Amino acid sequence: MPKRGAPPEVNAGSMADIAFLLLIFFLVTTTIETDAGLDRMLPPIEPPDTDVIIKQKNIFQVSINRDGQLLADEELTNIKDLRAKAIAFLDNGGAPSGSADYCSYCKGKRDASSSDSPAKAIISLKNDRETKYGTYITVQNELVGAYNDLRNREAQRLFKKDFTDMEAEYLNPETPDNVRDELKEKVKRIQDLFPQKLSEAETSSN
Amino acid sequence: MSKFNKKKDAALPAVNTASLPDIVFMLLFFFMTVTVMKDSTLKVENVLPNATEIKKLEKKDRVIYIYVGKPTREYEKVFGTESKIQLNDKFADASEVGDYILMERAKKPQELQNVLTTALKVDKEANMGIISDIKQELRKVNALKVNYTTYEGDAFRNLQ
Repeated sequence: MPKRGAPPEVNAGSMADIAFLLLIFFLVTTTIETDAGLDRMLPPIEPPDTDVIIKQKNIFQVSINRDGQLLADEELTNIKDLRAKAIAFLDNGGAPSGSADYCSYCKGKRDASSSDSPAKAIISLKNDRETKYGTYITVQNELVGAYNDLRNREAQRLFKKDFTDMEAEYLNPETPDNVRDELKEKVKRIQDLFPQKLSEAETSSN
Repeated sequence: MSKFNKKKDAALPAVNTASLPDIVFMLLFFFMTVTVMKDSTLKVENVLPNATEIKKLEKKDRVIYIYVGKPTREYEKVFGTESKIQLNDKFADASEVGDYILMERAKKPQELQNVLTTALKVDKEANMGIISDIKQELRKVNALKVNYTTYEGDAFRNLQ
């Protein structure tokens, strides 16, 4: 048997190059991005058991036609003015003081012909089948913005903090549990002051 | 003084690079684990609208995606220029959305099945008719939590 020497060393000098190649590949393909958007809840398909009678004055009707024109409360409105109109409607607090619906924190005009209280006020959004999605999102954004503006105002008054910041912190999974429990109550309280009642009717076809 | 002069003519020792592969491998494994491969190729145009009042979609494993938009140029000849729904890698009809949601929901672990969000990635030029059809289907399968995915930006730019 011929005597063999020690097996030759494998040259590992190019290992770094190979690893770099892989590294660069993964670096390029990685996307560390999170999607963001408008969160909405759809209404359940089963109709409610009891028909609730809603007073006409508590409904703020927003309709968008196929050309992107906007009808808010039976008036042709520019989308830029929608937020202010929605805020005026939600914050109206028309119920007389002493009644069950009286809204003590509302700063609106207290017009008896507009909404009774934020808890009763409903915004109804209707759109045409040919409405552009971009327009629809803009309107949704303005309506959600109206709610957020009012909630921010109340959160500033009660907790000296913006509601949107509090909610973002509450939803962030990195927030420690004890902080989150505390925030949950505050967020809930503000949400109860201005509950988001945005109804989306089925689209009309004409 | 000769004590100090002695070393001067010795060549500079080479830096030991033996641990370089280890460092690179460490980085490699980091990127391998955080990489999320793009799961479906887009067959539709997908320019999302802008919005300001947005919330982040935090947990990717709880999201089901639905894409809507015009077919891209290579599919235009076959599928026309009307807005279409894309589920996974296929074009689909609005009536298939319900089945797709149920199928995707069944794939997720039990504890997540009730907290799923449906992300609608819709091109801003799409018509609301198709969106209403999707929303109706989602309501039928009780997938009520939706997120209209948008970019962050001035919402009024959508109108141009």
